[in-house]
Order: sequence, then C-alpha cells, then structure tokens
Amino acid sequence: MTNLSARAKFATAMLRTAATLSRVSGRGDGSVIGGRVGLTIEPRLLSMLAAGRQVALISGTNGKTTTTRFTAAALEAAGPVATNSFGANMPTGHTTALAKARDAVNCVLEVDEHYLPRLLNEATPQVIALLNLSRDQLDRAMEVSGLAAKWRTALSAAPDVPLIANADDPWVTWAAGASSRVTWVAGGQRWQEDSWVCPQCGKHLDRYGEFWRCTACGLSRPSPHWAVEGDSAVTPDGRRIPLDLRLPGQVNRANAVTALAVASAFGVPPEAAAPRLSEVKSVAGRYAVVRRDGRRVRLLLSKNPAGWLEAFDMLEPRCPVVLALNAREVDGFDTSWIYDVDFSPVQGRQVLAIGDRRMDLAVRLEVNGVRFEVVEDIAAAIQAVPPGDLEVIANYTAFQDIRAEFDRVN
Amino acid sequence: MSTSMLRLVWVYPDLLSTYGDRGNLLILSHRAESRGILTESVMVRSDQALPRQADIYLIGGGEDGPQSLAAEKLIADGAVAEAADAGRVVFAVCAGYQILGTSFIASDRECAGLGLLDMRSDRGPSRAVGELAGPVNPALGLPTLTGFENHGGRTHLGPETAALANVSHGIGNDGSTEGAFRGKVVGTYLHGPALARNPALADLLLAWAVGRAPEELPPLDDRWAQQLRQERIAALV
Repeated sequence: MTNLSARAKFATAMLRTAATLSRVSGRGDGSVIGGRVGLTIEPRLLSMLAAGRQVALISGTNGKTTTTRFTAAALEAAGPVATNSFGANMPTGHTTALAKARDAVNCVLEVDEHYLPRLLNEATPQVIALLNLSRDQLDRAMEVSGLAAKWRTALSAAPDVPLIANADDPWVTWAAGASSRVTWVAGGQRWQEDSWVCPQCGKHLDRYGEFWRCTACGLSRPSPHWAVEGDSAVTPDGRRIPLDLRLPGQVNRANAVTALAVASAFGVPPEAAAPRLSEVKSVAGRYAVVRRDGRRVRLLLSKNPAGWLEAFDMLEPRCPVVLALNAREVDGFDTSWIYDVDFSPVQGRQVLAIGDRRMDLAVRLEVNGVRFEVVEDIAAAIQAVPPGDLEVIANYTAFQDIRAEFDRVN
Repeated sequence: MSTSMLRLVWVYPDLLSTYGDRGNLLILSHRAESRGILTESVMVRSDQALPRQADIYLIGGGEDGPQSLAAEKLIADGAVAEAADAGRVVFAVCAGYQILGTSFIASDRECAGLGLLDMRSDRGPSRAVGELAGPVNPALGLPTLTGFENHGGRTHLGPETAALANVSHGIGNDGSTEGAFRGKVVGTYLHGPALARNPALADLLLAWAVGRAPEELPPLDDRWAQQLRQERIAALV
C-alpha cells in the first residue's frame, strides 16, 4: 500500500469521523456522507486509496450487490477484504469502503452502471466483472443501448484490464468485445426482451437455445470459459465445483460462478472459494427469512422486469406470494414496466398485492388472468395467508418499507 | 371486423417496445375476450411483412435509432398506411405516435413519417417526464385522459388533425394539447400503459374495430382500473 499525503490522511480521518457521526445519529451507515466529506477535502482520495491494492469492480443492472458479497466472501480466504457491502455503489461509497479497511489488499467494489467509466479511471482495477444490462427505471436512467455504448467506449480505452463478462448477454458481450482479455461466463439469462436486435449492427438476432448470433454482422455468443451446469460451476479446465448455495434461483448460481472467476483472478482457487459462498445466507435483507405469527416470510428484492422474472424462478412451489410495488424516485416513477413481465408463473397461488402502487399491480394481474387480493401492507398480507411459508417480491423502496417492518433485517 | 376473429397486430416489437408497450396489446385482447370476441395477436418483427387485413395496428415507443429505422420500414412496407386508408384502427404511442405524423427528429436528423396524421414533431427545450392528465376531445366522448409521459419531442398539429385531449397537468404535445386523432388513427405520448389507465379509450378502439358504438359493448367489471384512475388523478392535486 502506498503512503498517503498529509491532506489525504486528513481527508480519510474526516471521512471516518463523518461516517461514524452519521451512523450513531441513526442516519444510515454513513458511507455516502463520509465519502462526500473525504472527497471534498481531497478530490483524488478514491484513486489514492486504491493505489497499490488489488481492486475488482462488479457492475451490471441486476445482481451486483449479491455478486459483490459472494466475491468478498470468496476472497476472505486470502485475508481481509475492503468492500462496499451496504450497497452504496457510487464513488462516495467506494471511497468510504477503501478508507475503512486500509489494511485490506483485496478490494471488491459494487459499481453503479453509470459510474463504471469513472471507477475504471480512478480505482485502477485488476479485474472488472460485467453481469448484465437490461431496462431499468427508464424515466430517469439511460436506455440500455446508451449505457452499453458508454461501457464499450470506456473499456476500449483500457483494453488491457482483464474482464469477466456474461456471454449470455448480447449487450455485455458487445460492450466487452473491444477488450483483449475477456474471460467469458455463462450462467443463463431468462430476460431477452432487450436483445431482439444486434447491439453492433441493429439487425435481427437469432437464438437457438442458449446460443445467439447476428446473421448480418456475425456477432455471436462467445464460448464460455466458466459455466453453470446444474448445481455446479464448471471451471475453464473442466473441473466441476459443487455450488451448495443458500441463496435461491438460477441467477444466483450465475452470480456465484462470476464470483469464483473473480476470486480465481486474484489467486483464490474455486475449491477454496466455493465453500465460502455457502455461508452467504442473505444480502442486506435480500433472501432473508423472518418469522411472524407462525409464518416464515422470505424477502426477495427485484427492481425491474428482468429481476421479477428471475424472482419467479426462486419461488417455492404453491407457496403464497406477496407482490409489492412502489414508484418513488429511486424506483422510477413510471410503472409501465410491469407489463413487460409475464405474471403467469404466479398463477394458481394465493397472490397478494401491496405497496404504494398496488392498484397498478391489480390491473396488471387481472389482465394476466391471475387471481389476487389487494391488502393494505405486509402486516395485513401476513394475516391473510395461512401459517407456513410466504414469499415476498418487492421493488426497491417497497422492499425497504418491508425490511423496516422487520427491524431492518439483514 | 375482417373475419370472425379480431386480429391485433403489434408492429415491430423488436424496435418499438421500450416500456410496457406490450400492455396495450394485452389490454385490448383481454377486454375483447371478456366480451366473447375472439382475438388473434400477431407480433410482426421489422424484418417481416406486415399483414394488410388486420383490425387494429399497435405501434409502441423506442429510442431514436430504432424509431427512424421503424419509420423507413413502415413507409416501405405500406401496410399500415393502406390499412388506415381502409378505415382500420391504428393506435400508436410515443415514438410510434411521432411516426404517424409527416416528420419527426431522431438523432438530430429530420425523418419522414407515415403522414397519417397532419402533424410534425421537433425537439422541445427539455424532456417531458411525469404524470399527465386532461379532458379528452368532446368528439370522442371519453373521460379524463391519464398516463405517464417521457419524451424529448414536441408535436405541432396541423388543421387536418384534432388533439386527443387538452392538458391540465403535464406537457403532452406542446403544453396545451396531448395526442392526436383522425378517423380511426390515434396517437398519444402516454405510457402507463395508456390503455390500462384509460379503459374507455381501449373500448372505443375495440368498438371501431368491430363496427359498433362503444355503448353497445357489454360493460366490464372495471373496479380496479377505476380505482387506479382515481388514485392517479387524485395524486396530481
């Protein structure tokens, strides 16, 4: 680790003080305010704190918090890890994560998709994992093609930085394509509505099972080095590593194999890393199981159509399900995207709609031919189902509201 | 109706389907089937020919690149213009709405539209994002229009085209009107999707397609849609 300048040391101390003050006064974990203070005093603090360390960046529309947690867990086999585990995924949060764990050589940073170019410059990463790109909060965020182009431009300017990229996602494949050092990962991708056409030339993309190819320009799914097969990860040299995950769904097996690939790039073999992934039981409340009045309630966070499709894959058969929808600023104010989701996987269950925008859900479910009940909130939903298991799928602020009901369960 | 089955065509979902545009197709199909009118929904990709004998054509929203490409293909294909001339129903949203006019701007370039509506679109001073509401043109006999808009363009109506609604909240075409129609060709900037938030508009399109007056369609149990409308309109005050 390099020595910090006097100004950077002062900025780091002030950052930690501000974060602590914010935390003890009950305003959250203090990551954002701490980072803001530190970067105000020393604008280059992020790059100074990253210098001389091994940094991995994890970015994409969905799964970045979970993959970051998996990767940090895997790398802990080799010592302490600096990571923004509270989901503060912008430069203020990254600066705080690096300042708080000054002795950790390995750093894993979850990065908001829009900030990836900046982090690429400031954090000088040894490896970047690119998970997926899909439509998300279109009323305030960039469209998928714009974001992919932004990534491609930034990554093209740093062709020697090793990438670990999702071969099943055409946009990620295209964004990573200009790099000379890509390790491709395949974990399956249910959502395909954003890749009807070729990211490179705009012509129709053909799909045959998991394979995809543009018949006009030839852009096609790269042969994966790492893959998910059943409940195992398959390594580049063909070893099968069992994944005994506590987190549900195909998408978490994909997140896990990405984490193993990152860990491997940092010298931690998958045999040592995989057992550590089994210890991850929940991620900032996601997948947490809480108990109330004889109900066992599992919390699933899904913010966009691709995420809801993946969440449906996680549901226990026949179990009642609560769907919670808000449309506050961070959720995006436009709820139209719920029509991009086919709700037929919840047909035949007891379905309860809650959240600020439960009327939007009601109309959507009616059109989908799904029987449902509209109730006031999570407490009412719990009372409306028989004792036993209950699944909850909620978008961002709806999820935080529900977490608050359960003492901000982690 | 051309046959015993109502044919709904979703035009170019590979290019124009940014945010829930499938919803308008699902709503029309659901409201027809709930009244015993069988429907057939056809999705036609931009590398395929559009059918010329369908009853309702739906065109959705998209980014600038796909929008200009879709307009070129629609003009070359000719089916939507032909169907509109033959009195078929066309319903278009956002980028698709702009394509119905004589011209629009995409990627800083003026592009030719289908010219089914006497209007042209250009760029506004700022992006219009948020809830929109307003009274519908009395000629259509519909309740308040409600939906969500998200567009950078402004649309200027010519004398041959009537506004769909006046704007009491939001921007719409130009801050005073929203959407446009001529005959059975209707366009709007609204998402929501528009027909989920405005079931009476969905019924008007269906009534046109089956050649009946809207009041002849059997009423449906619309309590959820009505509650959604009330909630969204109340949230504006």
